[in-house]
Amino acid sequence: MDMTRRDLLKKSGKFILLTSAAAAAWDFVLAGKMEASPNYDVTKHWWAMVIDPEKCIGCGNCVRACESENDVPTGYFRTWIERYHVEEADFEHPQVDSPNGGHDGFPEKYKDAGKTFFIPKLCNHCADSPCVQVCPVGATFVTPDGVVLVDKQYCLGCRYCIQACPYGCRFLNPKTNTADKCTLCYHRITQGLTTACCEVCPTQARVLADLKNPKDPIHEFLRTHSVQVLKPQMATHAKVFYKNLDGSVR
Amino acid sequence: MHPLLPGVEGYMYPNEIELQWSILIVLYPYITGLVAGAFILASLERVFKVEAVKPTYRLALLVALAFLLVAPLPLQLHLGHPERSFEMYLTPHRSSAMAMFGFVYLWYLMVVLLMEIWLDYRQEIVEWAETGVGFKKWIYKILTLGSHNISPAALRIDDKVGYFITLIGIPSAFLLHGYVGFIFGSVKANPWWSSPLMPVVFIFSAMVSGIAAVMLIYMLTSWLRRVRIDMRCMDTIARYLLYTFIIDFSLEMLDLVHRIYEADESLSALDFMVHTRLYFSQVVLQIFIGTLLPVALLGLTQIVELSEIARKAIYATTGALTLISIFAMRWNVVIGGQLFSKSFLGYTSYKMGFATREGLLPAIILTLLPFVILYVLVKLLPPWPKSEAAA
Amino acid sequence: MHAFAAMKDFFRNGEHLIRVLLLLAVALIAFLIIRRTVIPADFGKYGHFRPGAMDDIRARQVKFAGHQTCEACHSDQAEVKSKGNHANIGCEACHGPLAKHAEDPASVVPQLPDTAVLCAICHEANQAKPKWFPQVVTAEHSGGVACNTCHKPHAPKIGG
Repeated sequence: MDMTRRDLLKKSGKFILLTSAAAAAWDFVLAGKMEASPNYDVTKHWWAMVIDPEKCIGCGNCVRACESENDVPTGYFRTWIERYHVEEADFEHPQVDSPNGGHDGFPEKYKDAGKTFFIPKLCNHCADSPCVQVCPVGATFVTPDGVVLVDKQYCLGCRYCIQACPYGCRFLNPKTNTADKCTLCYHRITQGLTTACCEVCPTQARVLADLKNPKDPIHEFLRTHSVQVLKPQMATHAKVFYKNLDGSVR
Repeated sequence: MHPLLPGVEGYMYPNEIELQWSILIVLYPYITGLVAGAFILASLERVFKVEAVKPTYRLALLVALAFLLVAPLPLQLHLGHPERSFEMYLTPHRSSAMAMFGFVYLWYLMVVLLMEIWLDYRQEIVEWAETGVGFKKWIYKILTLGSHNISPAALRIDDKVGYFITLIGIPSAFLLHGYVGFIFGSVKANPWWSSPLMPVVFIFSAMVSGIAAVMLIYMLTSWLRRVRIDMRCMDTIARYLLYTFIIDFSLEMLDLVHRIYEADESLSALDFMVHTRLYFSQVVLQIFIGTLLPVALLGLTQIVELSEIARKAIYATTGALTLISIFAMRWNVVIGGQLFSKSFLGYTSYKMGFATREGLLPAIILTLLPFVILYVLVKLLPPWPKSEAAA
Repeated sequence: MHAFAAMKDFFRNGEHLIRVLLLLAVALIAFLIIRRTVIPADFGKYGHFRPGAMDDIRARQVKFAGHQTCEACHSDQAEVKSKGNHANIGCEACHGPLAKHAEDPASVVPQLPDTAVLCAICHEANQAKPKWFPQVVTAEHSGGVACNTCHKPHAPKIGG
């Protein structure tokens, strides 16, 4: 049975028609919802955060609030707190722990003199994000206002972004089977609220900042204090700034 | 307490404790490596005119095809949303090495491998379509694509086009497997992976595994079919295996020496990992049993004149050891890269399930599946040379 | 006309290759049509992603109302708190997420937290906490008695 040109055309036509119909249905699914707060202009903000480790008391309010606000599954962390203990100024070999991410505080552990402090961590919302660079389909991205987000309707769950993040802030959400991480409470900050973690911090160790807002205290802060980002050698242009970050912090 | 915490030593960032890329991601580069390696062996005859390996030409192509058909399966099983994998074709992110997978795979499958096999077999396909019986006859008829022209002029065109396809197939094979090396090599966050040598190491270890696979399969099928093994062919293949192995080993040693010499911040953490959690798979399996021993044995066959039986024994042994060694290499790269913390302060363990979606059982099935496919292909398109003597 | 003869020869003897090219062309056209229809129209507007994703995330429900919302109704407590040591602590830091209550006060009636548990979260002495921060060993400090027996949570300093 030789396939005639006619047969070929007929079969191709049917194929194209059916796939187009399926494609249109898929497009409908992906359409997305309308603008939540229409007054928000993405071009007028450039979000960042300032953390002062000297103020952090390791209470874990931020971890619990984030879990509550964002339905973070147990055992995974969009934000977490690390406790560093540096003995005899040996900052190349700190002892670090983060029991359940600091969710339930920190049990007493160190009795000796040595330097101990807390470091809250979250997604650094890097301006040159390596996780965004490696996403094969464009499911994770930097918004025009500087927040790195994940499109959980589009993410394949390949986990390349999780491998590419130098800071360990990403995980695979077992409920959605997509990559997940801190969203800087994007749903809150675009409505004029602050992030959940900043809202509940009792000592203002964490403060949300908007670099494009000329009145934001961060500008004065960056001018008058010593600040560092995590792993600056990675050149990710992280936007979470730590005041007086100790050399032992990883 | 995190369920995986007992396997943690030192400090891991909380989200790092669980490994993200499983044995299936070890298997994927292994499979595409076999494809690329088998194809390079086939191209040795077609492009580089190494006539001695001709008996394995068609077999190598079918081996490549059998493994290539299985290659996307470990990835699909691994994805959180396999039904969305088509997005890689719709909106490939040009800065991501992974995004090129779909296109490179499709290019290699359709334009290189299928075309080359089709063009090489076309004369027989047309003959079998005309003289065959039953279900098989219909398969051959479809494969002719409606054209029964096997005149000398048509076959001459096939030969020219086939040569050209093999020619572009060589860089395509390098791309098919090299990009996987780049996926790892370009991750600056991971010092075990980040290296410009990674794509090159992957390609050479792919060639080693592909050549070994075809050599073993040829020996095995000859034994099963009670046909005499062409020793001139085997000796030549073994020689190429030896050369490629030496280059591969040199590249890996270069990486190691460079790493130890520069001694950057990651060295103590990585060194500790290799001496503890990765000791068996890296030092014992990959380096000693998997590389030094086969290279020594193969080297022996080049220096000393050995009997046919001795050479066959060595080839079979080194072939098997090589296949294990290259699997160990992929394991050491993929799993090894996730066993240490990016804080360089701790280590975790890999808990591999058995009958889970990404467990050992699916990995075993996916490794055996290409042989099932190969069996079907060999029945459909027999690759055996016309001039064969009974054993 | 050597080229013409060569072409004629190709079309006669290379016809099977043309069929292959045709198949590939059909597949390519089908793929391009699918692409056109399936990819969301505004994909790529702000970068290589679906802008609808930003809207999806913004549509999330807010769980913590934020202290300004609390203070709008509870101005007397806010007044007291603003004069004491807990002035800069948000209401929901202790009272938990109460956006639902702010939206419809009757629907969710917040329970007062148990001070015996709550206060220790911050104020239990720990070698790791910064030295400037007020912390006590609660067992020695109060002997297990609830903190609000002596301290008022909104103005915790005793005597002022």
